[in-house]
Parts: sequence; structure tokens; C-alpha cells
Amino acid sequence: MPSTPAQPGQFTISPVSVWRRGVNALVTLAAGGAVVLVLLPLGAIFAYLIYKGLGSINWAFLTQTPKPVGEPGGGMANAIAGSVYILGIASVMGVPIGIGAGIYLAEYGRNRFGDLIRFTADVLNGVPSIVVGIVAYGIVVLGQGHFSALAGGVALAIMMIPTITRATEEMLLLVPNVVREAAYGLGVSRWRTTLSITLRTATSGVITGVMLAFARVAGETAPLLFTAFGNQYWNWKMNQPTAALSLQVFTYAISPFDEWHRQAWAGALILIVLIVVSVGAVRLAASRGMLKGAN
Amino acid sequence: MMANRALGAPRLTGPQPVAKPEVVSSGKAETSPLITAGDSRVPDGFFHLAVLSCGLCVLALVGVIVYELITKSSLSWHAFGWKFFFRSEWDPVNEQYGAWPFVYGTVVSSLLALLLAVPLAIGVAVFITEMCPRWLKSSLAFTTELLAAIPSVIYGLWAIFVMVPLLRQYVEPVLARYLGWTGLFDGTPYGIGMLAAGIILAIMVVPIISSITREVMTAVPQQQREAVLALGATRWEMIRTGVLRNARAGILGGVILGLGRALGETMAVTMVIGNRPEIARSLFAPGYTMASVIANEFSEATSDTYLSALVEVGLALFIVTIIVNILAQLLVWSVTRGMPRRSNA
Repeated sequence: MPSTPAQPGQFTISPVSVWRRGVNALVTLAAGGAVVLVLLPLGAIFAYLIYKGLGSINWAFLTQTPKPVGEPGGGMANAIAGSVYILGIASVMGVPIGIGAGIYLAEYGRNRFGDLIRFTADVLNGVPSIVVGIVAYGIVVLGQGHFSALAGGVALAIMMIPTITRATEEMLLLVPNVVREAAYGLGVSRWRTTLSITLRTATSGVITGVMLAFARVAGETAPLLFTAFGNQYWNWKMNQPTAALSLQVFTYAISPFDEWHRQAWAGALILIVLIVVSVGAVRLAASRGMLKGAN
Repeated sequence: MMANRALGAPRLTGPQPVAKPEVVSSGKAETSPLITAGDSRVPDGFFHLAVLSCGLCVLALVGVIVYELITKSSLSWHAFGWKFFFRSEWDPVNEQYGAWPFVYGTVVSSLLALLLAVPLAIGVAVFITEMCPRWLKSSLAFTTELLAAIPSVIYGLWAIFVMVPLLRQYVEPVLARYLGWTGLFDGTPYGIGMLAAGIILAIMVVPIISSITREVMTAVPQQQREAVLALGATRWEMIRTGVLRNARAGILGGVILGLGRALGETMAVTMVIGNRPEIARSLFAPGYTMASVIANEFSEATSDTYLSALVEVGLALFIVTIIVNILAQLLVWSVTRGMPRRSNA
């Protein structure tokens, strides 16, 4: 239906009312304020970590085991080593299983059964860490008869697996199907294609996923409370209680001693640095000389 | 279906055994082939089996978790039944256990956290997706996500030594003076208590809610925004009617996901809530949560019933967080389904 085209000047565009403009400005201000309010604690936490932690880190802190209450000095060397040890155990168990399950979901799991596993992994991801601790206690600690590094490792591995699985799947699915078909076309067998072509193409993405999982569990305390339990001395045995940095920070933070509070800050700083450095180092190594994920 | 089958990977795996004799019989080339032709069905089968067993591991883990929690809590279940969750006695000496104070503490601290976190998180998400200049966008998003990477024990440490003294000296006296009449801000301001737990939980939950909110807001088509703007809406009216209204199911999902995190959070809460199994109206009063009681008492539980009661608290926590998480997933999916994942618009 042809209607007469609007003539210029026929409309008067009424200006946006003061009220509406005011509300708009107010909301913009509120949103900006929310950002500031959220970033404030973040800044405060890092500032305090550095301010309180740096002053307390010294050679003794990094090389000695804790001193008995009341004696000044001592350090968290055994806790640092214990954290690395427990995380090592967790990674040895969690990473292969997580990546394997991810491969299954991406390459074989486009069906009902795959959906079930996917759903289960998401469920596992949401299990509170303290509950994972209870389960690791039930399986490992009761089985072995005492608290142990292994139990701590198992607890952390359980928490790593779902994150790695989902990340691996997501990254493998990003690899174009053409790449797989090219390999099949050359007569490369399926397992070889998956490992040497698909997984290799997605390496940097998969490693990012693994590091995400690692960073998530590295600072976990709750599942270690009654699995690794903590230890005042050095321990390298799988079946003995082991100190961990996060546990030590917790114990020292809720203690009534100033000296321990000081060390708790130092331990927390070391914990953050440990997480950031290990994640950064692996990502750097992964991005160098390896194929970037094909997007 | 047929086309899929024909194109699908299984048909293309490796040299087909049927084709092998032909390759050999052609016999033109004396040179060895680039790829040794062989039957790859056996190694393929092994590989399939290997990754399948990894997948089954995931299933088995959840199975083991459920089995362990149920069997280990049966003692307390048989002793107290459903009443376990409604009794407020927690007396290890006389073997009387009721989880009501912990349920109450968990629910109140989590709801308090959501009350504080949701407006902030939505504000942050709105600012990052709709308002902030392009150059600031990714760094701001990264920084807020960084909050999620800080271990909870470090939040707890900071809360004990920085936040709690601030609350005790400045915030709580003011609250008590002006809002004391509600009964919510009554009594001696210790700093440590339900309010401190709620605030630290809020700080921890904000990045989760805001990142999900950002994801669902990004999934709202750009045309929607342009259409609303073309009708003469201001930016806020555009965000409200064009974006937030379309994304509300997903935002609700993000909020519920945050709730799931808050319910199961252990360390930071344990360090500031005061750990006393009491129910008080005032938010200044100390409380106790389900996760905290497990963290504090599990390794000291001497009797079987005591241990079993703690595991039952864990089982309840497990079931609640699972339900909450599934609900959240479904809500988020309902918005982002069919959208490209994490398109960085």
C-alpha cells in the first residue's frame, strides 16, 4: 500500500525526557560503581598478600620445618614440598583419566551414553570439595589405616578429572573434521589419528584446560583436612600424613600466635605465586613450538 | 541417516581389510608403501576400550561417592531418620545429633551472600558487556575472573585479618545504631559471625554469577539491541527491555550456580563464621554451616555414630548442591542453546 512518504519537518522529535536520561545516567553510574566495589576486595587481597607476605618470606621460611609453638623462626619448607608432592600424585592420576574421558566424549561420545558421561562429569564438577574429602577418607584413609599423601592426591584427582574432561572434549571438537578426514584418507588408523593428529592439534587448548584444573585444586584445603592431614616434619612416603601449604596456612591463620599469623601470610603468598608460576610456565611451554588450537 | 553413515568416521578408519588384497595384487610398485597397510581394527579396538574405560571412570567416581556417603551415614540415618535435619541438639558426648543449626547456618549465609552478590554481579556484567569501552572490556573481564582463581583459604585469611576488624570497628556499630531495631543487627559486634560469612561468600560468588550473566547477555542477538534503540530507548531502557528480559532465565541459572558454590564453600566460611551450633536472629551472632562442621569435627570424631552423623550432613550437602547445579545448568542452557559458545562480542 503506497502511502505518502514522510516530508522532512513533518515530525517533531521530542527530546528524551529528563527523567529517562536521569535514570539512564544513574544506572550507568551504579554499574560502574558495582565494578569498583567488586575490584576493591581483589585489589585489597593482593595488596595485603604482598604487603604482609613479602616481609615474612626469608631463607629460613623456605628451608626449615615449623618450630614448636613459642619458638620464633621456622618455616614451611615441608609444606611447600608436600603441596608439590600431593599435586604431583593428583596429576599423575587425574590428567590421563581426564584426557582419556575427554577423548572418548569428543570422538566416540556423540550418543546417549556420551551424554550420560557428560552429565555425570558436570555433576562431579559441582560436588562440594569437602564431600570429596569425605569420600577419599572412606576409600583410601580407612583402607590404609591412616591419613596419607595418597589420600590427599586421590581427593584432588577426583576434583581435577571433570574439569579436564570437559575442557579436552571442547578443545577436540574445535579441531575441524577435515583434519581427521585427511588423516583417514591417507590410511592412518583411527587411534593414531586421534592421538597424533587431533589431540596434537588441540594440544595448547588441552593444556590450558589441565592447568585450569590444576589451579583450581592447587589451593584446595577442605579435601585435604582429613586426607593428607598435615605434618610438622618432612615426609616422602605415600602412606604417611603429609603437610600441605594450604593446610598450613589454615592452621596458622586460626591460631592465636602472631608469629604464626605472619607465616600464614607468607605461606599464602607462596601458594598464589606457586599457582601463577606453574600455570604460566606450562602455558608458555605449550604455546612455544606446538600447534595452536585450530579455531 | 544414510548419508551420515557413509560420511561418518567408522567407515573411513584405516585401510579396509577388503581392499588389502587388491593393493598387493596390483603389484606394480616394488617400493615399500608410505604407510604400512595393515589391519588397524585391533589397535583401534584397544584404543576405544582405553578411552571408554576413562569415561567409565567418571561414572564410577560419582557412583563411589554416592555409595560411600550412603553406606557410611546409615548408622546415623537409622538412629535419627528424617528428624536428624530438624533437631537442633548437637551433643557428641551424649550421642545426640541434629543438623538443624548447620542447615540454618548454611541457608542463611548463602542467601545473605546472594542478596549482596546478585545486584553487584549483574551490575558488573551489564557494565562489561554493554557499557564499557572496548579497550577495557577484556582486561576487566579477566580481572573479575581472577577473583574466582584465588583459593578459598586465602579469602579466609584476608577475611580474618582485614575484613573482620573493619566490620567490628566501622560497619557493625553503624548497622547496629541505624538498623538495630530490626533485630537483625543486634548484640555485641564481634566482627566474626554470620554477617562476615555472608560478605566473604558474596565476594567469592560474584565472579561466577557475573561470568554466567555475561555469557547469556552475549547470547542475546545484536539486532534485538538495535531494534530497541531504534525505537528511541535510552541505553538503560535498551538493556532492561532488550537484553536483561531475554536473558533472565540464564541469569537466574547463574544465580543458582552461585548458590551452589556458596552452599558447598568450606574454608573461608569456617574461618569467619564463629563455628557455634546456635540459631540466632542477629546476623552478628556466630553460626555454623554444614560444610564447616564437617571440616572442623570430622578428623576428631571419635565414635561411629558421630562420624556417621557428619557423613550424613555431607550426604545432604551433596544432594542439595547436585540438585541446585542441575537446575542451574538447565536454565543456562535454555538461553545459550543454539548460540555459539563464548563468542567474544
